[in-house]
Parts: sequence; C-alpha cells; structure tokens
Amino acid sequence: MARAEVRPVRRRARKSRTGVDWFLTIMRVAAITVIGLGLLAFIAQEINTDNPFAQWANPDATGLTGAQFQGLIISGVTQGAMYGLIALGYSMVYGVLGFINFAHGEVFMVGAMTGMITSNKLADAGLWESNFVGSLVFIMVVSILVCSLTAVIMERVAYRPLRGSPRLIPLITSIGVSFFLQNASVVLLGPAAKAYPDVPDWIRTKHTFLDIEGAKILVILVAAVSMICLWYFVERTKSGKAMRAVAEDAEIAALMGIDVNRTIVKVFALGGAMAGLAGILWGILFRSVIHTTGFLPGIKAFSAAVVGGIGHLGGAMAGGLSIGVAESVGPLVILEPLGVSGVSQLRDAVAFAVLIGVLLLRPAGLFGERLQAEDRT
Amino acid sequence: MSPGHPDPAADSGDGETGAATPLLEMRSVNAHYGAVHALVDVDLAIYEGELVCLLGGNASGKSTTLKTLLGMLNPTSGEVVLDGEVVNDQPTSYRVARGVTMVPENRRLFKRLTVRENLDLGAYLRSDSDQIAVDMERIFELFPRVKERLTQKAGTLSGGEQQMVAIGRALMADPRVLLMDEPSMGLAPALVQQNFELIQQIHEAGLTVFMVEQNANMALSIADRGWVLQTGRVVLDDTAENLLAHPDLQASYLGTAEQ
Repeated sequence: MARAEVRPVRRRARKSRTGVDWFLTIMRVAAITVIGLGLLAFIAQEINTDNPFAQWANPDATGLTGAQFQGLIISGVTQGAMYGLIALGYSMVYGVLGFINFAHGEVFMVGAMTGMITSNKLADAGLWESNFVGSLVFIMVVSILVCSLTAVIMERVAYRPLRGSPRLIPLITSIGVSFFLQNASVVLLGPAAKAYPDVPDWIRTKHTFLDIEGAKILVILVAAVSMICLWYFVERTKSGKAMRAVAEDAEIAALMGIDVNRTIVKVFALGGAMAGLAGILWGILFRSVIHTTGFLPGIKAFSAAVVGGIGHLGGAMAGGLSIGVAESVGPLVILEPLGVSGVSQLRDAVAFAVLIGVLLLRPAGLFGERLQAEDRT
Repeated sequence: MSPGHPDPAADSGDGETGAATPLLEMRSVNAHYGAVHALVDVDLAIYEGELVCLLGGNASGKSTTLKTLLGMLNPTSGEVVLDGEVVNDQPTSYRVARGVTMVPENRRLFKRLTVRENLDLGAYLRSDSDQIAVDMERIFELFPRVKERLTQKAGTLSGGEQQMVAIGRALMADPRVLLMDEPSMGLAPALVQQNFELIQQIHEAGLTVFMVEQNANMALSIADRGWVLQTGRVVLDDTAENLLAHPDLQASYLGTAEQ
C-alpha cells in the first residue's frame, strides 16, 4: 500500500529531469571543473613553479610574469572593445526586429575596406604623414557614412520586404547578404590582403603610460567614447526613446505617432556606424584587411551580444570585453597549466567556449532578462 | 406634436449637433482580413463633445473598427473622415497629430520604459514643450499616484496604476477624440467601476470619447449614444436609454438576433 503511493511520485520526479537535463548538468560541472583546475594550476605556478601541483599536468610550467599578464589583459580589452562595438549592431537590430542580422560582420569588413582605400588615398596625397590625426578622423567619418549607408540599403532591399514573415526567413536572408558583401568586395577590390599605410611611431610603440601601444590606447578610447555617445542617444534623446518603444511594442509605438520604418532605418544606421568605427580601429591595429576580415570578428561579436544578453546595449559591450579578455588570457591561464599544447592557436576555441559556457549557466546572458513567451512570439 | 414632422422638430431643437460636421466619421466602410469580411458597410459619426460607445461580442469587428479609424488597417471600400477630411490614405501618425488617440486594450504600456518615458512618448508628435509640461501637470492632478511612480518601470505598476498611465499617455497627445478599446478588460470589478468614473470625468472635462466595450450595461450607463455591432454589421444605432431598454439588445449581443 505504502509503496504503491510512493511510486507515482518517484516516477514524476524522474520524468521532470530528462536526459537533456542530466547532460546539461554534466556539461556545467565539467566546464566549471576545467576552469577551476586550470585556474588553480595557474595560481600554483604563479606561487612557485617547483611545487607538484604546478607541474601536475604541465612539467614545463613557467607561469607568467606580471608584465606578460598585463599585456594579455590589455590586448584582450582592445579586441573586446572592437567586438563590443560590432556586437551593438547585432543587439540593436535583434531588439527591434527580433532576428540576427548575420551580414553585420560584413558591414564591419566594409568599414575596414573603406578605411584602407581612404587612408591609402590620403597617404598618396601626403596628408596621412603630415596630419595623421586629421586623416584618422576623416577616415572614421567616411567609414561611418559608408557603413551606415550599407546597413540602411541592406535593410531597405533585403529585410523590409520580408517584414512580417517568420523570423527564420530574414535570418537566412542575412546569411545571403553576407555572402553578397564578401563577394562584392572580391569583385571590386580583388581577393588579396590589402595593407593600411604606415602609421606614425606613437601609434606603434609602447608608451610609458601603463606600457601600452598607442594603437591600443586609441582603440579603447574611441570605443569608450562611442559607447557613451550611443548610450546617451538611446537613453536620453527622443529618437532613442522611440527606438526603445519600437523594440518593445512596434504597434503601440506607431499608435504614439512614431514612424516605425524610419526608426528601424535609424537603428540600422547606428549599428552600421559602430561597425564602421570598429573597422577603422581594426585596420589601424592590424594594418591588413581582406574580404573575409568580417567573418570571425562578426561571429565573435554575435557571441558577445548573446553573452551579454541580446537586446541589451551595456550587455553587448560587456560581452565583447569578456570574450576579448577570455580569448586573450584563457589559453595561457587555463589551458597551458592543464598541459594542453599549442595553446596560442586555441583563442577562437576559447572565445566560443565562453559563449557555450554562458549559454549553459545563464541562458539569457549576463544582463539579459528571461524572455517571456508573450514577448517573443 | 404635429404628426409626420418629428425630424425637423428634432433638428431645430438640437440644431448645432445636426448641422456640425462630425469629428470622426466612417462612411459605409468595408474591411477584410484576407477572405474574412470583418466590417460590412459600417456607418458611424462621432460629434465633438460626445461620449459614445460601440458594443459587440467577440469577433464582432470592434477592434477592426478602431484599427480602421486609426489607419492601422486600410478599408477595402468606404471613407474614414476626420474633421471633414478623408484620411483613408493618411498614416496613423497623421491622424494622431490631428487629434485621434487610442487607449489600447489591456493598456499595452511600454513596460521596460519608465512611467515618465511612457508619458513623454504620448506627446511624441508635439513640439510645444511649454504646453506639454502643463498637460503633464494636469495628469498629475488627475492621478497623483502617477506622479509618485514617475521613475519606476511601467511594468512594475499595479493594474489600476497602469490604467492611469495608459490614459495619461493618451491624454499627453492632446487629443480631440479619445478612442478606448475595452476599458473594462483585464481589470478587477472594483477597478472597472473606477475606470468608468474616470472616463466620465475626462469626458466632462471636455473631451470627446468613443469607447468600444463588451460590458454593455456599464458602457451605456455613462454614454450618450451607442451602436451595436454584430459580425461586422451595425445592427442597432440609438441613444443610450433606448438601447438599454431595447428588447433585442441582449439577443443581438449574444449573436442570436438573426436566428
């Protein structure tokens, strides 16, 4: 009698945890274990490379010097700032239209290409050397304009006709647009990698201030300023308020007299502008650009947007920084002490591991609110 | 009483209303959702200063009527006339700018925005910032609770408070005619009563109100006139007292009048 009463309860309890749940739990535990072990081994190395725990998995352990560690963090933040700038575009478009615009990475590539063409023109005219700061501002403005225009045309031609169709359709279209932009770049500029002109010494060399290269200071500074400007625009201006209203409820926003189409165009233009800026920064930092430049940063920026909580602007920036720092620091701090070989080639794997880790532990992202069924249907 | 001349007598007694152009009008409007004929030759006229209601059950075309008036849905034939001007081809924003505003069903506030931002968005098309500030103060007088909640996210408010913000947001547009979609929907019974008192209060302050309701007794208790809509057709069109007394009201309501 008593057993008969207990049974259904146990069966229900078993039903509520499916195989997928168990798998996810195991993955979570495994992820935390790997990170934890790696960190502990790293700390052990830092204390003393001779102790057995430091040599447990990697007998050649050397640890990192303070300067090396700082260098890794700085390059991580620099990369992350650029991912963050691109991620803003993914996040804003998702917020308003509810689909991932996979062609956004190519808008970033268009920005880098625009910068390459303009800066070489300026170098030919001698202006690049004589007035570097002026030229830099000029190529940024040109890139912002070109990228905004690209994004706006993309919306008008490829996405607006599909408004109201299931969300998978614009998503697939965006992959098509992405191929189109890459191939257009090959047709117009050729398939070879193209170089930015030489930058002045103060951009290339390290500065006494924190021992950072000028280019990295520039990237961090420009990203910070543009993020603040964007935040101000979205939170404090009338157009920004309209964007947030459209993102939440386009029908009611229209009822307030907001022109929904124009607002969506503004969102694409803003996202394009941010990607354009990131393209220039990328060009100044790496000085080389090719038609596939947009692919990997684009995917990582998309991951950053998801990590931060898609639709959340601060989250996009935070997600970008997390992925940038993780892929820079992770291989040497977590994987090397665990005895993994060739860690410097694993940056991309680490970047996407961060995405998977966040999705396992906090599916809505770092800052995202749990989406309710009624919000997105 | 002279037999055979009731109409001229009524006209001379109520000359202003009879001669004036309606503020908002539908002239034999038809509307379709795909193959579904949602509105069939609907004629409505709302005059300045009136409180009128459109009654009907589920799927009778009430919301379609509002959407058509606001330009969120284009009629397949017929005219929507705003203050004497045919506005069929004008977008929603044009009509909002000329004084047509709606309080949507279930309030539909921007929940992630603050109460203040919700009210600001109500005045989106206006640029007279001095008058906007005056109107905002007037809303605070009407709803002191709203002022207390200004910096809160709208989604955190109670249902009654959200209703106040929804009405406040609509009033911020400085409307000439306020359309209310199912004001009693989703509210506790005590709040429904309070809500209708509020509508009456706004109307007495000089605003033209057109409300769409399922709760016929409640709506007719405050309205001047009303229409009953049934499967897209206006089946009754009379004063509120006559409608309340009409033997067919309940029947037509439940969709049994034709059977």
